[in-house]
Amino acid sequence: MVTVMELYQLLPRTNCKKCGESTCMAFAVAMLGRKKNVAECTPLLEANFKKQKEKLESLLLPAAGAEETGMIVHSELCTGCGNCVVACPVDVANDPHGAGMGCAPTNNKVIFKVVDGKVLASNIKECRRFGKNKVLCYACIDPCPTGAIEFV
Amino acid sequence: MVTCTGCALLCDDIEAIVENNRIKEIKNACRRGAARMKGCSNRLVPSIDQKPTDIESSIKKAAQIIRNSKAPMLFGLDNSTCEAQVKGIQFAKKINGILDDTSSFCQGILIERVLAQKFRTCSLDDIRNKADVLVYWGSDAQDSQPRHLSRFSYFPRGELRQRGYEEDRIAIAIDVRESNTAKICKGHFYRISPKGDREFILALIEALSGKVPAYDTKKMLELAGILKKAGFGAIFVGIGLTYSIKDDFDVLTALTQKLPNFNIMPMVGHYNMRGFNETMFKETGFVNKVKFNGKAVHDIKYSIMESLNEKTADAIVVVGSDPVSSLPGPVLSRLASIPVICIDPCVTMTSKIAAVTIPCATSGLESAGTAVRMDGKVIGLSKIIESEYLTDEEIMKRLMEAV
Repeated sequence: MVTVMELYQLLPRTNCKKCGESTCMAFAVAMLGRKKNVAECTPLLEANFKKQKEKLESLLLPAAGAEETGMIVHSELCTGCGNCVVACPVDVANDPHGAGMGCAPTNNKVIFKVVDGKVLASNIKECRRFGKNKVLCYACIDPCPTGAIEFV
Repeated sequence: MVTCTGCALLCDDIEAIVENNRIKEIKNACRRGAARMKGCSNRLVPSIDQKPTDIESSIKKAAQIIRNSKAPMLFGLDNSTCEAQVKGIQFAKKINGILDDTSSFCQGILIERVLAQKFRTCSLDDIRNKADVLVYWGSDAQDSQPRHLSRFSYFPRGELRQRGYEEDRIAIAIDVRESNTAKICKGHFYRISPKGDREFILALIEALSGKVPAYDTKKMLELAGILKKAGFGAIFVGIGLTYSIKDDFDVLTALTQKLPNFNIMPMVGHYNMRGFNETMFKETGFVNKVKFNGKAVHDIKYSIMESLNEKTADAIVVVGSDPVSSLPGPVLSRLASIPVICIDPCVTMTSKIAAVTIPCATSGLESAGTAVRMDGKVIGLSKIIESEYLTDEEIMKRLMEAV
């Protein structure tokens, strides 16, 4: 995944404050957190920054499809093993006799479901990384050996 | 709910959404299972000498080849239902043929010992409910049986294991490489050199007996400590371990004697390989490598490898298997030199060299029946979509009549 420094290197680094942030570094952090987008940096729109702007957009592209919690499921890496379905504490709490026991989910309250051999995330508001009391939960990332689940 | 026939786990919690007699969506199955359940993209057509024909003519031609053969061989049946396997054994008896399946170069040797009760074994449900120490030995379950860890062994909560995998279970991987299963086992991965299993087992037995092993002392004592504390353990024996100690299987027996709380689980690949081995064991007392000649004779020379190498077989019927892609190169020229009759739903490497091809229905998708899971539990397969193709069982019956 792209880092703040990689984004920062491609910005004008003039700290012009036109974007509303105090420094270019702060703007890079905001971009990574999906609070700002590339177009808000007005100097980047000028012709001499065209290449940097394109590079920035391509770097941020994978994060564009992320859920509100920043979750991305790389379906090309997913083997559909269902480790995340069973390991997710929210799935276990919401469906103890289905997903919690390793079987197919028995209701629609679960976050992860496997469809056509690939995992799909839904009910994202139930995720422990969402909302006011969010925690930095790694329950679905740890059991995935292929690295198909990522948070940005 | 339908049963997936992607691997020997036979997951029976799969949802299939059918539209216009085609599978539109498969829910809960892994990628491997979903691909199998969606059917093959390249369907086999009946043919004689690579020229398309109709099914009746190809069955007639196949029967003619078998009639003219002095030592016909039947190979495969691991991807067929138990009912088709029974018919297959009857067919082999009728033609006085050699009968073998992929277990002769896979887990057959281990399953034979499990069936003869030389090892303690248990069901996968027992493992989910009770197991606290899981050893994946020479097995990459995460890739070969993708739902093994999530459905039965490591991740699910069971009756006695309610607190989740981090607290209640320990997974150990012993392998020659850091497989995907080993990545999940993280701190408990023991890398061994190829063919190093025997040495590892002997050192582990020493450590379990209270001696100090010469081989990797610190790690070995640590592993022995974990195994000794296990309340209910399981050793998942993969093909890596079976291949490595196949000439001296007694070392594994000796290890299990030192570990009274542990059970052995053979990690089977094809979905009904254990079914074939069990049916054969019931009928003949052997799991594979059999020649029927009034009675069943078991010998290593009746394995697929030796039969081709020694030219014992002069015609071969391959059912639901692809020896061309799984056997080593030198024996393939022998396979190509004898007439091959290929019975399969899809075009395979074997069907491309076959003298006669007979397409069949995909079991568990276009035909119903039963199959045996890797732990010996019988699971029902359902018919999900209609198909005009004959089932393996019907083809065996028709061939028997025609011969």
